[in-house]
Amino acid sequence: MLEMHRRMVLTRHLEERLGEMHKAGRTRGPIHRCDGQEAVGVGATAAMAHDDFVTTTHRGHAVYLGRGLDPRRVVAEIFGRETGYCGGRGGHMLVGDAQTGMMGGNAIVGASIPAATGMALSMQLRGEARVALAVFGDGAAQTGICHESMNIAALWRLPVVFLLEHNAYGLTVHHSAQSSVPDLSVRAAGYGMPGETIDGNDVVAVYGAVAAALQRARRGEGPSLIEARTYRVEGFSTSDMGGYQPDAEIAEWRARDPILLARAALADRLGAAHVERCETEARAEIDAAFDAALADPMPAFAPHTPSAPHAGRAYGVR
Amino acid sequence: MATIRYAEALNLALREEMARDDTVFVFGEDVATYGGVFKVTQGLRDAYGDRVRDTPISEQTLTAMAVTAAMTGTRPVLEIMYADFLPLSLDALVNQASIYHYIWNEQVTMPFVLRTQGGGGVGTGAQHAKSLDAMVAHIPGLKVVAPVTPADARALLKAAIRDPHPVIFLEHKLLYNLRGEVDEADEAPAEIGRARVARAGRDVTILATSRMVLEAQKAAEELAGEGVSAEVIDLRSLRPLDLDAITASVARTNHAVVVNEGWRFCGYTAELAATIMDHAFDDLDAPVERVAARDMPIPYAETLEREVIPDSADIAAAARRALA
Repeated sequence: MLEMHRRMVLTRHLEERLGEMHKAGRTRGPIHRCDGQEAVGVGATAAMAHDDFVTTTHRGHAVYLGRGLDPRRVVAEIFGRETGYCGGRGGHMLVGDAQTGMMGGNAIVGASIPAATGMALSMQLRGEARVALAVFGDGAAQTGICHESMNIAALWRLPVVFLLEHNAYGLTVHHSAQSSVPDLSVRAAGYGMPGETIDGNDVVAVYGAVAAALQRARRGEGPSLIEARTYRVEGFSTSDMGGYQPDAEIAEWRARDPILLARAALADRLGAAHVERCETEARAEIDAAFDAALADPMPAFAPHTPSAPHAGRAYGVR
Repeated sequence: MATIRYAEALNLALREEMARDDTVFVFGEDVATYGGVFKVTQGLRDAYGDRVRDTPISEQTLTAMAVTAAMTGTRPVLEIMYADFLPLSLDALVNQASIYHYIWNEQVTMPFVLRTQGGGGVGTGAQHAKSLDAMVAHIPGLKVVAPVTPADARALLKAAIRDPHPVIFLEHKLLYNLRGEVDEADEAPAEIGRARVARAGRDVTILATSRMVLEAQKAAEELAGEGVSAEVIDLRSLRPLDLDAITASVARTNHAVVVNEGWRFCGYTAELAATIMDHAFDDLDAPVERVAARDMPIPYAETLEREVIPDSADIAAAARRALA
């Protein structure tokens, strides 16, 4: 649990540093911070086997760092550096690392769901006991591909786990204006798969639920739906002008911040000083990642040969 | 040599590739038990069991699944029953399949094939008769092929399955019963990106795709009776395009007609005409003539549909205009 806590602190500090950099005008494009939601991505990825796959959303920093990606290369990607996970070609929403099975942030809402389902089909056909975990939001849960994927996964008993990271808002629209039912996990029954709603701010609860679902999938018993209730405290992205999240609602969730909850639980067992030291080290690691990444070179342009319209020519004209 | 139907040639390619590589699998609507509505996958379920799957009617998700299954060690061949349903697949093609090789800095390849069939001429109506070739050929990162002969259907499907990148494989509903010679002993795949001279000629180059190659050959026959020697080039690969074959032919004939069954406005013929202008303008003695579908929905009644889908008479007329 201390390691999960450390990764949540890594993520939070990454988000806070990105917020500062945005205010200073040093970021490019929007950044989708996951402050307050760290327990979902971190708890879920901690439950994965080393060769499992995970797909995530445009708000995927907790999955990136939870899966053990190097913070320096994550920061380098966010700042478009050559040393980034995708050589600066992807940006913060589209980080992918095939080596760790972190098969991508995906900024088409809902697309992480069939993405994981396809990987699960591949594993089933290859006879490999590897599972794909789809992380998606309550907005994505309203897409057609969510329905199609869940039906196919349950029909074919694919080794996939659907983790619905419910942060209450699809961009600015509250879930009550998007969904006909308040608890989305009830939809699992319609596909004949287990579904449960859990506290997404409790990293241990997330870990436990995802671990059980991964085991079930690995045994060949098919998919599960886990709805982890959490809250997005920092707005949709750095370009969000706010005004639609009630202050009282934000305050209520800030009081249940996943890092506060984990810190208190760990301090009881390990002592506050020990936890504090771990957090300080995590923050220093992120600071060092920023220092190193920001000194890294920008990538040089090269055309993409497989995209070339004419056979045998490296590229066409611009 | 054996004379087989186009659909049988595709079936042969699938069998050969499934036997050769056990990561190849086939999925789509009605492809397993029934063998596909055009019978291209007939018998595969019996031969390869679970590697041939009937699916729910979920094109968006099936296409997205093909992308990531391909990323993770299998070679999917997805059948989308009609090209008219390609818009359902588009997000997975435009926003997923086409980007990852580049955006993830070449960490992954995506060896999957999306087979579909388009085209009109038999009264299937506005939602089952379109040629959306240009829509998919527009997308960087995808390859698009459209074979006409059974031999090319087999060799190009084999090439598409072995290709590390996504390939859209365009068939035509009027080609499935076409017979042609296939050398069963020759299991070599074709090279994607190579056009074929379907008929050699001196006076005008006719570039055509898919079933329009057959119409162009008919037109060439008609023109021959008028003393005009037309060269018909079957492009075979819409992306990447065989630029060398096009420029070499236009350099000899100095006249070009470009033909595609899709719509004219922003269509594939527009790209071909612009390509000739970009790369062979000095060789042209006359403007490039375009033959394409009329820019409107495809009607049902035979008398109406005939007015919208191009045919050999339209192609011959275009060649006469080019040479006038």
